[in-house]
Amino acid sequence: MAIEATETRPLGKAIKRKEDPRLVRGQGRYLDDIVLPGMLYMALARSPYAHARIKEIRLDQAYQVPGVKAILTGADLEKMNLSWMPTLAGDRQMVLATGKVLFQYQEVAAVVAESRAAAEDAVQLIEIDYEPLAPVVDPYAALKADAPLLREDRDQKDNHIFHWEVGDRKATDDALASSPVVVKEFIRMPRVHPAPVEPCGCIADYQKATGKLTWYVTSQAPHAHRTVLALVSGLPEHMIHVISPDIGGGFGNKVPVYPGYVCSVVMSLQLGRPVKWVETRTENIATTNFARDYHMTAEIGATQEGIVTALKVATIADHGAFDAAADPSKFPAGLFSIVTGSYDFPVAFAEVDGVYTNKAPGGVAYRCSFRVTEASYLIERVMNTLALKLNLDPAEIRRRNFIRPEQFPYQSPLGWTYDSGNYDATLNEALKLVDYEQLRKQQAERRAGGELVGIGISTFTEIVGAGPSNTFDILGIKMFDSCEIRIHPTGKAIARLGTRHQGQGHETTFAQVIADELGMTAADVLIEEGDTDTAPYGLGTYASRSTPTAGGAAALAARRIRQKAIQIAAHLLEVSPDDVEWNGEKFAAKGLESRAVGMSEVALAAYTNLPEGMEPGLEATYYYDPPNLTFPNGAYVAMVAIDRGTGEVKVERFVAVDDCGTVINPMVVDGQVHGGLTEGFGIAFMQEIAYDEDGNNLAPNFMEYLVPTAVEAPHWETGRTVTPSPHHPIGAKGVGESPNVGSPAAFVNAVVDALSPYGVTNVEIPLFPWKVWNVLKELGLTQ
Amino acid sequence: MFPSAFEYYAPKTLDEVYGLLAQYGDEAKILAGGQSLLPMMKLRLAAPSVLIDIGSLGHLSSATETAEGLSMGALMRHKTIETSHWPHYPLLRETAPWIADPLVRNRGTIGGSLAHADPAADWGAALLALGASVQIESRDRIRHMALEEFFVDLYTTALEPQEVLTRIVIPVPATAATFARYLKLERKVGDFAVVGVAITVSLAIDGTVAQAGIGMAAMSGVPFAAHQTESLLVGRQLTPALIKEVSESASQEGDPESDRRGSAEYKRSMARVFVERGLSQILQQWESTQSA
Repeated sequence: MAIEATETRPLGKAIKRKEDPRLVRGQGRYLDDIVLPGMLYMALARSPYAHARIKEIRLDQAYQVPGVKAILTGADLEKMNLSWMPTLAGDRQMVLATGKVLFQYQEVAAVVAESRAAAEDAVQLIEIDYEPLAPVVDPYAALKADAPLLREDRDQKDNHIFHWEVGDRKATDDALASSPVVVKEFIRMPRVHPAPVEPCGCIADYQKATGKLTWYVTSQAPHAHRTVLALVSGLPEHMIHVISPDIGGGFGNKVPVYPGYVCSVVMSLQLGRPVKWVETRTENIATTNFARDYHMTAEIGATQEGIVTALKVATIADHGAFDAAADPSKFPAGLFSIVTGSYDFPVAFAEVDGVYTNKAPGGVAYRCSFRVTEASYLIERVMNTLALKLNLDPAEIRRRNFIRPEQFPYQSPLGWTYDSGNYDATLNEALKLVDYEQLRKQQAERRAGGELVGIGISTFTEIVGAGPSNTFDILGIKMFDSCEIRIHPTGKAIARLGTRHQGQGHETTFAQVIADELGMTAADVLIEEGDTDTAPYGLGTYASRSTPTAGGAAALAARRIRQKAIQIAAHLLEVSPDDVEWNGEKFAAKGLESRAVGMSEVALAAYTNLPEGMEPGLEATYYYDPPNLTFPNGAYVAMVAIDRGTGEVKVERFVAVDDCGTVINPMVVDGQVHGGLTEGFGIAFMQEIAYDEDGNNLAPNFMEYLVPTAVEAPHWETGRTVTPSPHHPIGAKGVGESPNVGSPAAFVNAVVDALSPYGVTNVEIPLFPWKVWNVLKELGLTQ
Repeated sequence: MFPSAFEYYAPKTLDEVYGLLAQYGDEAKILAGGQSLLPMMKLRLAAPSVLIDIGSLGHLSSATETAEGLSMGALMRHKTIETSHWPHYPLLRETAPWIADPLVRNRGTIGGSLAHADPAADWGAALLALGASVQIESRDRIRHMALEEFFVDLYTTALEPQEVLTRIVIPVPATAATFARYLKLERKVGDFAVVGVAITVSLAIDGTVAQAGIGMAAMSGVPFAAHQTESLLVGRQLTPALIKEVSESASQEGDPESDRRGSAEYKRSMARVFVERGLSQILQQWESTQSA
């Protein structure tokens, strides 16, 4: 049962989310709720073609629409040296197209008008002559020698973006060659979209009188965006104030900087009035950062007993027209090298080749810490193939290869140091919750009756909390995060962090962390994020990094407060500071437990009754540079039944046991897990951003891009094991992304299990009913 | 997304509607709930310069049941039909909950849906199975036609520019033992049908089929009735063997297209599976009423 925020010692308790009363009553303040005096509205003209040369743009008719203030084209931006902008991945992206367009819906012109309706009317009257060019949609076709060159702006005259590799190729090849058993599988993770319910948008408000730009923006990383904007626009950074208001979901989609943002800033600078731009649903799905589109081949070598000997992975990464990934700068394929997963591979090698195609640019880390879902899906799927090959139970193959508890900190062959885990315990807990033996019995009986029933297991390891400054930066900025706490005279507090939540529950969970350190209640701690003029600098909320980074900063800032508070407490208790003890709720005089003062007395004294010579006030700031990443893990078990008539897959059971280290709020963790599992379900069964051969986006709205609701989502059963992170200040690891990372493989492994008696080892997602039906048909299994 | 500019009228009488239709002709569109029209206007796929909102024509939002049948006003909302109780016409209540989502059902109307003539719409299939006809009025005349003739082509009906669809009339079924099912394959809740099959069967005392209606959604360019399959049922005892036979027949009717929702072959197969499942459920239901 959820409890109120007025509990003391709130860490680990299911405190009701403090943000919910306003959010569920429709009283949140989202970007599009903000209306400023004199505000203008912007709409974008977009290309109908995936690949075409722009011959001419005529604006005269559009200018005739009453209320139109200005129209911006790529040619205008070129004069300002702004027609291209850098991406976080070190590539560059067109702001408004010049020369040619490279994907359908690409931004070509921006209209600013007195109303949004007028701006949209004018967009329709912009006349653009295009000369269509041959589009390249398939990443493998893009790599062929005779493929049309997409990016004429680059020195390199082909469609290859980057090659990245990690591990020991030769040792891996040798190990594979000498392994008695080798399985190989081609696994495709199709293009999907984070599809937050609130699309992206911003209001740029440049005040000519003060020279200050206030930029309201749907940003998961407001501080980083301020710096990027300063670098791109040339405005001094202290004259840019970024405000990220309530955000209706991000999932990685609100990490990058988009052309619409840049255009609205340029227009506000030019016109001296606030300019609002908010995407339509189609603009969000069809142009802003997609995810996945990874085409992966994996080989696993093993002994006859199923002990793995080597892993080799080759991947083609389709980035679309621009490499607009938002990975840490040194990681063009993100943290894909977590691909060895939960298993003790002696050697491994992975390589990724990035490719341009005439599709929307990306790809972003959609609720996963930079390509971790891809990696996890791959290894969990191919381990399943190995189990099939050796006729071993999928739980058994995992047990035989798990990294053992005593091996932590574990050095992976691809370079990571796993902090902690007890994978056997987590799997056992999941098998117990689902009653695995009984489930297998039921399966056998139902199979005998002609049913297609399958059980799938996924035992994934996540890698989150980017990250340590020796490894992680974005455009050179180290990926620490921060917290500043101020205790007011009456013992209440405000804490500001460099992160920006989008539904994760920070207003509650960070209040719990701080309150627990200071003997307060979560109700007494106000959490504020997203205002760069007030909050300390941080890199934002994505990649499950908030708790591992800013959560650490919150605990350590609170401990700094306590260091000063203990001095004040000694003064109040009239004992030496050495004789004051923190008992978890109060400062007590050693040996005299009845003599104790709490944070409210200390806070008041900090402003009214200080020890001689002490600086007044009670506040602290901590910039936390984590010593390592954290490695949450989980064991998921799915049971499915396939309808032989329609090809529909029904998920009958789904047990998710997560180990995210110390749990700050079990209800919030469950909520995160439910949300991520529902997304994983959508990825496995419902979603793909598909393109036709002309490069037309076939799923540019919620009619075609299907987002699961409570109606489709299975019943989720959750459980937990707790293996704290040894290096995090409170042992927490982060959990938001685990369910998205771990669940797709569990669903698909279950479907494969249902069909494995008929020789199936792989099925390609998304498992639309008709696709499953086609497989059944081929096997002669349809009703 | 904002629609192109338009003028809006909310006439209180059909006479006023006729006047506006005469004045604006093709430029005008009738708004009867707007659950298809307004999204199309927001996407600027439709840009009528005049909207005639007939929502104020109160006499078109109620139904009358007589010994001959059920006459429903064109402005009856899906939600009203979903919550109405007409024991002779169980297919209406079977079908209504499958239409889109509660928000759409609260606003959308049965006449608006039929006049939009989406081949995948649920009402088209159900009302064809029920052998419904429509009443069409204009300043000069009132005419009636079978729903089957009303659907001309994809999004095209027999309505003339000066005409308004006013009522939908369903004939009373042949016997009181009328059973119905609506089976719909949708990719998620609220989706249009990948395939939809509406079945209504009226049984004689001895269990022979006195009357059968089978309508299909998304199995052709228009909603259509599987007459050949219906005729196989009539006069025969409903048995598993007959059900198997007619479901094979049903899969051969219609002319589905291959698209992102599945191949034509898949859709034909779904029609077969749904006819078989629907009729089997009806048989089971009938048998349970017999034993009780």
